[in-house]
Amino acid sequence: MKLFPMVAACLLAGPVGVASAAERPPPGASSCAGCHAEGAAMGAIDGRPEAEIAAALAAYRSGTRPDSVMGRIAKGFSEAESQAIAAYLARQGQP
Amino acid sequence: MNTTRRALLAAGASLALARPALAQAAPKVVVIGGGFGGATAARALHRGGLDVTLVEVNPTYVACPFSNEVIAGLQPMAAQRFGYEGLARAGIRVVHAAATGIDAGARRVTLADGTTFPYDRLVLSPGIDLRFDAIPGYDEAAAARMPHAWKAGEQTLLLARQIEAMPEGGTVVLAVPGNPYRCPPGPYERASLIAHVLKTRKPRAKLILLDAKDTFSKQRLFQSAWATLYPEQIEYVPLAEGGQVSAVEPDAMIVRTDFAEYKADVACIIPPQRAGRIAIVAGVADRSGWCPIDPVTFESRLVPGLHVIGDAAIAGAMPKSAFSANAQAKVCAAAVIDLLAGRAPETPKLINTCYSLVAPGYGISIAGVYHPAGGVLADVEGAGGISPVDAPRSLREQEALYAADWYRTITRQVFG
Ligand SMILES: Cc1cc2nc3c(=O)[nH]c(=O)nc-3n(C[C@H](O)[C@H](O)[C@H](O)COP(=O)(O)OP(=O)(O)OC[C@H]3O[C@@H](n4cnc5c(N)ncnc54)[C@H](O)[C@@H]3O)c2cc1C
Repeated sequence: MKLFPMVAACLLAGPVGVASAAERPPPGASSCAGCHAEGAAMGAIDGRPEAEIAAALAAYRSGTRPDSVMGRIAKGFSEAESQAIAAYLARQGQP
Repeated sequence: MNTTRRALLAAGASLALARPALAQAAPKVVVIGGGFGGATAARALHRGGLDVTLVEVNPTYVACPFSNEVIAGLQPMAAQRFGYEGLARAGIRVVHAAATGIDAGARRVTLADGTTFPYDRLVLSPGIDLRFDAIPGYDEAAAARMPHAWKAGEQTLLLARQIEAMPEGGTVVLAVPGNPYRCPPGPYERASLIAHVLKTRKPRAKLILLDAKDTFSKQRLFQSAWATLYPEQIEYVPLAEGGQVSAVEPDAMIVRTDFAEYKADVACIIPPQRAGRIAIVAGVADRSGWCPIDPVTFESRLVPGLHVIGDAAIAGAMPKSAFSANAQAKVCAAAVIDLLAGRAPETPKLINTCYSLVAPGYGISIAGVYHPAGGVLADVEGAGGISPVDAPRSLREQEALYAADWYRTITRQVFG
């Protein structure tokens, strides 16, 4: 049912370069850049390996990696959501 | 010719040149307000391939986060000021003028000099206006004697000078409004840092904190820090003990409540607030003075095609913070891009983290994760909360460092 408007929209949007759905960050991922940057105490995360980010989020979520701020934030995301965020962030900052 | 007019003419000229190409070009989005919300939205919309015009009345933005540190002499005012060259360099059309009218039917924004900009979607991030009708005696003229310093700039410097000039043994009265208002923990951070100045430089002076509420953000953290750091400096008067200000007399420097009268050497009165005026003009604010929105797209519940982000919006459980405005702007921009492309916007999750400095090297924080639920932005259960109350001093030092780094990171990202 959703196909027709989407195809029509792509035809309309295609030539003008509106970003494609594939580039959309998964829920929550766009908030991360508020803190994480090169040179900041929180460190940059864009382009870090997906497995590393996912493991860190899992450890914050379960409390095995103690951290005041990320512990409180990671608990707001399911494992699947955290995986999607890790995959997205790993793709950023790469050529 | 003033700079605003020059900028406008320049913007008009480049539009005229670009017009033939625009006939079948990218959809147009106008963003009103170049603060944390609007400037972030403009960048994200521009990156998404849209034709973006950012309308911001001031040529320089003065940031509120860390302005309490300026008042306490811990941060130079210069570190609060940001130009818009970074946004212009990124290819965003920045127009320095006040937006004065919005015709939602014709999809057109009018500026103070009559220039109009058409739009396919409009994003409003006008921040707050102070309600100068809320406290008897507290009007714009009164703010020149009893600064609010709740919009950073001259007011911040005025309060800093007053604290500096205050006699040893003097009294600072700081009045806090009821909810909702910009930056829930901000008044308590301000009380803490003024107390730090008093303790280190005027040890017989004190601060009376008059609060129109009984509970507040990071309350346990603030109050336990005050008990340790500032027992002689801060006297806290909650609503239940008569903390609500009923009137002020700026000439006599008197602050009244229903219970008492306070004679102040310095009076910082933070009045109740509402969404910036253009939101009222646009018809997107309800009777509360704030703007109801759809929690997935930030589209106004009152006027279709208009989106409201940042302090002006009713964002449910999300506090009115720069961090929130930045996160909302990205979600709103993604939704606008999707809507213009005929795609269904994705259900978002948003994060907020707010740091407060209680003393140099002593930071505390609150964090939250939010999602649309029941038509509003609600807390994700089990997430968020405040820093541990019994944390070692090393954690307070770390959070003070995080606070400073967050400010550097976010301002670089937004104004960059
Ligand atoms: C003392 C203090 C400390 C704070 N500390 C923190 C903190 O540590 N962390 C945090 O996250 N937040 C903090 N905040 C809150 C933060 O400042 C706001 O939440 C944030 O600025 C909101 O962003 P905004 O885009 O909604 O509004 P603003 O940043 O106020 O931007 C609105 C912009 O719109 C422009 N504008 C308005 N109307 C028009 C018009 N009609 N035409 C053209 N331009 C217009 C204004 O000039 C302004 O530049 C603090 C606030 C205060 C007062």
